[in-house]
Amino acid sequence: MKILVTVKRVPDPNAAIKVKPDGSGIVTDNLKYVVNPFDEIAVEEALRLKDKGGGAEVVLVSIGAKTCSEQLRTGLAMGADRAILVLAEQELDSLAVARILEKLARDEKADVIVMGKQAIDDDANQTGQMLAALLGWPQATFASKAESLESEAEKQGIPGVVMKDASAKVIREVDGGLETLELPLPAVITVDLRLNTPRYASLPGIMKARKKELKEVPVDSLGVDVKPRLKVLKLDPPPKRQAGRKVASVQELVQILHNEVKVI
Amino acid sequence: MGNVLVFAEHQHQKFAKTTLVAISAGKDAAAKSGGECHAAVFGKGIEALANELAEYGVKKVYAVDDPALEHYTADAHAAALAQLIKDKSIDTLIATATAVGKDLLPRVAALLGAGMASEVLAFNADGTMQRPMYAGNVVATVAIEASPKVVSVRATAFDAAAKGGKGEVEKVSATIDAGAKKTKFVDFNEIKSDRPVLTEARIVVSGGRALKSGENFKTVLEPLVDALGAAMGASRAAVDAGFVPNDLQVGQTGKVVAPQLYIAVGISGAIQHLAGMKDSKIIVAINKDEEAPIFQVADYGLVADLFKAVPEMKEEIEKLKH
Repeated sequence: MKILVTVKRVPDPNAAIKVKPDGSGIVTDNLKYVVNPFDEIAVEEALRLKDKGGGAEVVLVSIGAKTCSEQLRTGLAMGADRAILVLAEQELDSLAVARILEKLARDEKADVIVMGKQAIDDDANQTGQMLAALLGWPQATFASKAESLESEAEKQGIPGVVMKDASAKVIREVDGGLETLELPLPAVITVDLRLNTPRYASLPGIMKARKKELKEVPVDSLGVDVKPRLKVLKLDPPPKRQAGRKVASVQELVQILHNEVKVI
Repeated sequence: MGNVLVFAEHQHQKFAKTTLVAISAGKDAAAKSGGECHAAVFGKGIEALANELAEYGVKKVYAVDDPALEHYTADAHAAALAQLIKDKSIDTLIATATAVGKDLLPRVAALLGAGMASEVLAFNADGTMQRPMYAGNVVATVAIEASPKVVSVRATAFDAAAKGGKGEVEKVSATIDAGAKKTKFVDFNEIKSDRPVLTEARIVVSGGRALKSGENFKTVLEPLVDALGAAMGASRAAVDAGFVPNDLQVGQTGKVVAPQLYIAVGISGAIQHLAGMKDSKIIVAINKDEEAPIFQVADYGLVADLFKAVPEMKEEIEKLKH
C-alpha cells in the first residue's frame, strides 16, 4: 500500500503573529517554522497504518521553497520512507496545491492520501477535499476516533483509521458528535486534532533520515495549471478589544454582570 | 453581476440557525453584486423544507429530492451541487462553515475549477471579502476574480435571516453519476443535550483542563451552566483528556462562538482557544493563575480557585432569581 502524506511548512502556532504596517504580509523576522500540526498527526497516522498493517510505503510531499526540506526531514525522522519537495516560488492557493498533489498521486499510484485538515497559517481547510474531487476519489475529513488521547488504545499506537484490503473505515468529528464512514480505496483522508498524538523523532530516526531519499521537483516540470483563483490582497490586524479589569470577588462579578452590563 | 446560491443545510427536518445565517450572507452578497439570491435544499422527502425555505425571501428555491441524497455524503452531494451551479448559471455558491459546509464546498469548488474563500466574515462593496488567517490574528482581504466562486461564511459573522416574502420553489432532478457515490454512511453517534446549542447560545460557560475530570465538569461546572441557562463549551485540553465530548470544543479548529457572555473557567487562554471566542460581547475569566493569557482578552477577570468560585457564583446567581 502506498500512502502519500502532505507536510506543510508553517510558522510556529504559538508565535505572536504581527501584520506588516503596509499590510503586504506578516512580520517574519525571528519567526520559527514547524511542520503544520495537523500534518504531523497525518504523518503519525500513516506510520501507524504502516507499523500495524503489515507494511506500506509512506511518501511525504511538501510544496514551496527549498527550506521546506527541513520539515520533510522531520517527517522522515519520524519514520516515513521518502519525500518529494515540489519547488515553487509563487503564491499557490488551495486549488493549485490540490492540482499539484493530483499529479503526484497519479504518478505515484497512491492508494491513500492522508493530510492535515487545515494549515494553521491560512486556515483554509480546502485542499484535501479539492484533491479528492480532482482525483474522483471519496473523502473523509476531520478523521478522529472515539477513544481519548489518554486511552490505552492511543498509548499502544493503534491507528484510528481502520484499513482493510480495499476500504477504509473512518470516524469523523462533525457537529453534534462522531460519524462513521466507509470508503473504498483509493481515498483521501484529512485528519483532526484527536486522531493521535504524534511521536517525537528519535535520535536514530534523525540519523537515518539524512540518508532517505528527498527528491526535488520543479513545479513547472509537472505541467499543472497553478494560476491562483483566490488572491490575498491585503492583511490587517483584527479589531482590538478594550482592555478589561480584574474583579475582587464572585459577588462583585455577579453584581457587574447583572446590574451594570445587564447580561445576566 | 450574477446570482448567488445558498446551500441550505438541514437536520431532523429543520433548518438550524447556521442555515439562516447563510441566507443572510447570501442576500448580502447578492445585493452587493446586483444579482438574485437563490437557495437549494437537498435530500429525500424535502418538500416541506423547500416550502419553508421559500419563506425567507429568497427569489428561488431549488428542491433537489433524491434517495441518493438522503444521508449527506460529500461525493453524491458535491456532484449534484456542482451540476446545479452549472445548470442554473450561478455565480457564487455560499454555505455556512459548519462540518457539512467545510466538507462539501471545497469539493464542489474543485469540480467547477473554482476558487474558494473559507470562513468569510464580510462581503465588501467592491466584491472583495474579509476572512481570518493565523487563528484570527490576521484579517485578510481576498478576491476571487473568475466565476463561479465558492464561499463559506463564518456562522458568527452574520445575523440569522428572518422570514419575509415568498420565493418560487422549483423541483430539480439530481444528476448524480452512477460511479460518483462511493462513500457508505455507517453511523452517527449523536450527542444529545437539553442545553442550548453551543453555537447559538446567548451565554456560554467553558471549562478547561483545570477541572481535572469529567466528573468535575458534571458536579462543579454544570450547575453554573444550568443556573445561567447557558450552553457548555470546553478547551481543547479538556476534550483531549476525555473529560467532555469533542462537540464542546471551542477554538480555531473547533467551534467558533460569539455569545453575549462567555465565561472561561480554568482555561489558560491559548491562541487557538481565543480564536474561537474572542468575538464574544463580554468575556469573563476565572483562573487561579493571574498571569494566564486569558486575562488579556477578558473584560472581567477573577483570580480565584475555580472549585470555590464556581459554586459560589452559582449560589449568587440563584439569589438573583428570588
